[in-house]
Amino acid sequence: MSEKVLLSNLQMAEFVNNGFVRLDEVIPQEICDAAKALLETNDIKVGGTRGCDLMERYPKGSPIDQLIRVPEVLGMIESLVGPNPRFDHHAIHRKPAKTGFAQILHQDAEIDVREDAFDIQLSFFVHDTPLEMGGTRFLPGSHFRRVHETQIGRYQNIKGMYQVVCKAGTVVAWHHNIWHGAQPNLMDEVRYMFKLRLNPMVKQQLLWNHEGLSSEESEEIAEVMFKGQPWYGQENRIEIFNRIRMWRFLTNNPDFDREDWFTRVENIPN
Amino acid sequence: MKKQKLLYLYLANSAPSSGTIGWSLFDGTGQDEPNYQVDAEAPYGSALEAMRDGWRVIQVPVLSPDLPGQEYKTDYLKFEYILEKMEECDE
Repeated sequence: MSEKVLLSNLQMAEFVNNGFVRLDEVIPQEICDAAKALLETNDIKVGGTRGCDLMERYPKGSPIDQLIRVPEVLGMIESLVGPNPRFDHHAIHRKPAKTGFAQILHQDAEIDVREDAFDIQLSFFVHDTPLEMGGTRFLPGSHFRRVHETQIGRYQNIKGMYQVVCKAGTVVAWHHNIWHGAQPNLMDEVRYMFKLRLNPMVKQQLLWNHEGLSSEESEEIAEVMFKGQPWYGQENRIEIFNRIRMWRFLTNNPDFDREDWFTRVENIPN
Repeated sequence: MKKQKLLYLYLANSAPSSGTIGWSLFDGTGQDEPNYQVDAEAPYGSALEAMRDGWRVIQVPVLSPDLPGQEYKTDYLKFEYILEKMEECDE
């Protein structure tokens, strides 16, 4: 990968907290339009197959290849899963016009028992997606929860649920494990979203622009990372442990802590 | 005939008076459809509030210790109360 804009410390802290990070209107309109035309006709040209290097997946210069090579998108990918990630799969998400029902809440794929490594899924919104058109809903902070796919299907409303309402050219990168679902589309037009799953091929440590990580900025980072989610209730404390653990891994700093939370329970004098 | 409505309330802790953090409604009478608006208001602030409005608790969350090694793992919403109301319908 060449030109790229890496994520910042605060954006990574946001990813650790919410399980996703969003870049608004970073993809030029002409690329969005070309990509949308492919989604409408289900005519995405591909090179490599599942398991290939991402950069071999789409013919160079094709609309999907151009989506990925936007410097902010390249930087977001590299920050989260490193350079040259592996292509897992893609999907054209199509919500017909005047669809009044929502997709049930779910988590993708099988139970993933990895402790630290994670895949990302990128959602490319190639046209304006106003509230009435839906967009994806995510449950911020649900990425640490080990559940199995649609077993959470009976959860209709959870406090703090987030709906992606955005302009064309917006990209959301989300942790593979986050709870999500498609919202209704009440408009007269079909809604499209292009989803792309990527696997890391390197240890996911300090891949972003981590300048100033251990300086005076650290309190600001902690503020973003440990902001509570309105649905955690009594389990808020366990979720703080989860975030400490993830930040320890991402920064390769096993001593990182928040007000001695881990230090306290790891203290076993001999 | 009477038909059943099921209300699931997910609470902040095991007390029925604790705050609602999530909810689902399955309406056997067919009058109410699920509301998926992300900023929808909870129908009740707690299970106790729903009980005072005539809902009958039919399941309370069971408290059990975490399995060794799983103490810091999170998964499903823990404090799920299931409540019902029976309503008279034409058929």
